[in-house]
Amino acid sequence: MSDRVQNRRSGFSISKVLMYAALFIVAVIQLFPLYWMFSFSLKDNSEIFGGNPIGLPGKWLWSNYSNALLQGNVGRYFVNSVIVTAATIILTTIIAVMASYALTRMVFKLRKPLNSFFILGLTVPLHSALLPIFVMLRNLKMVNSYWALIAPYTAFAIPMALLIFSGFMGSIPREMEEAACIDGCSIYKIFFTIILPLMKPAIATVTIFTFLQAWNELMYAVVFISDAKYKTLTVGIQSLAGQYTTEWGPIGAGLMVATIPTLIIYSIMSKKVQDSLVVGAVKG
Amino acid sequence: MVDKVLGNKKAIVFFLFPALVVFIGLIIIPIIMSTYYSLQEWSGFGEGTFIGLQNYKGLLSDPIFVKAAVNSLILAIASVFIQLPISLLLALTLAKGVKFEKSLVTIYFVPVIISTVVIGQLWMKIYNPEYGILNILLKAIGLESFASEWLGDPKRALAATFIPIIWQYIGYHMLLMYAGIKSISTDIFEAAVIDGSSWWNTSMKITIPMLKPVLNVSVIFAVTGALKVFDLVYVLTGGGPAHASEVIGTYMVSTIFKGNQYGYGSAMAVFVILECFALSILVGLLFREKEEAK
Repeated sequence: MSDRVQNRRSGFSISKVLMYAALFIVAVIQLFPLYWMFSFSLKDNSEIFGGNPIGLPGKWLWSNYSNALLQGNVGRYFVNSVIVTAATIILTTIIAVMASYALTRMVFKLRKPLNSFFILGLTVPLHSALLPIFVMLRNLKMVNSYWALIAPYTAFAIPMALLIFSGFMGSIPREMEEAACIDGCSIYKIFFTIILPLMKPAIATVTIFTFLQAWNELMYAVVFISDAKYKTLTVGIQSLAGQYTTEWGPIGAGLMVATIPTLIIYSIMSKKVQDSLVVGAVKG
Repeated sequence: MVDKVLGNKKAIVFFLFPALVVFIGLIIIPIIMSTYYSLQEWSGFGEGTFIGLQNYKGLLSDPIFVKAAVNSLILAIASVFIQLPISLLLALTLAKGVKFEKSLVTIYFVPVIISTVVIGQLWMKIYNPEYGILNILLKAIGLESFASEWLGDPKRALAATFIPIIWQYIGYHMLLMYAGIKSISTDIFEAAVIDGSSWWNTSMKITIPMLKPVLNVSVIFAVTGALKVFDLVYVLTGGGPAHASEVIGTYMVSTIFKGNQYGYGSAMAVFVILECFALSILVGLLFREKEEAK
């Protein structure tokens, strides 16, 4: 009997060791490429291609970063990405929070069908609108502009934002509106002074969700933007890689610059970022 | 009184108008336009000619398109049968409570939030035949004969392109499943432990069956994600060499913007919409049927 317990216990600990080893290996597989990117972003070719492909840089070559930012134009691309992403987030939030108020709280006949209509948008792949939007932009002479990206990104972010907002708004007690009504509040005042402030957590979720989409999108960015003046990081990095085919240092620096903002946001609010993406999946 | 305020027609229009304009103008009308273009032979300039379903017939007899569609399906299958089991195993392990549980969840999730362009460029370097860490690693452990030109070799390009795609989203599915397991009442697990059920047994008999709704979402995401894939393939190989790693997304973009076949490319776009739609329904049905069979 005691033997068996003993056996079980030692078997248990071996499996435990194996389990931790496996978990640790997976963690390394997930993180090592990023560490490697960081390390070669600070090296010169002779180190990358010669004696030290994996270790930390012998000499920390910050000049790779200034090369990428100035000669490689990454600074400009970064600013463009910030403009496009910020505008998309702001527009998506305003438009969706307003619409979700009408769709969850207000009373009118078309409410249900309109809700399903917007939900339809969740299943539509970006592919399906690529060419028509391109033709529209071409006719309006808006290819190569910030709006060429902001407008479609906003459109495609709205259905999900609506769902997140609607889910959240549904939990606000009706008494709030009733009390405000008795005090003689107009519908606009109710929305802006009562509902909107309560939506902060949902706005954070939508912001994260929209940020990740707009910051990382490639297909539209590649097709709609060819002028370096408007290139975002995703397209810009592609041209940087073409420009520095044999010099990995500046490319690595460019990749790091594109990644650092997401890593900062993630390290500050990893729980919130994860929750946002889970909410997205559950709703979608 | 509340109803009167909440039924204010002007206000309803005010709140809904921007969303409707953007949504209809940039999603609904474009889908209709795509469908319309797909029935035409059109080079993008001047007028197109209406040719009915010719483009769709063309798709089926276009070996490159068939290859691209098959590749997307291979990715879907690989995601469901390789990626999701890994994610599930990680989620089950983490959710039973291990040291550093929260940190590990956070670490596994990191690749999800990083731009696919960055991931693509990074993996190109990993695969680099001379200086990439993959070949360096293989040499270091004496498997030099396996070292290869990964992305340039038509036989390996497809697998080499799909590995980063699968790798990137393991953490995402892990998190979905982990959150799902965490939301199952702990009483159930406690009861199982008291009954002497092992972790494996509990997982197979209780956790996974209760996780079905989440697994359903994961499978749909994995499948539709595979059909829609574009970014990583575009960055890593552009669909090459010799269309070995072509997927519908990359083939559509090159057909439209390099080949100037707007109608034909639109047929591919419509194909993807329909395919995503059909497969989501199919996956949903499969899950429901299993549930009912129980």
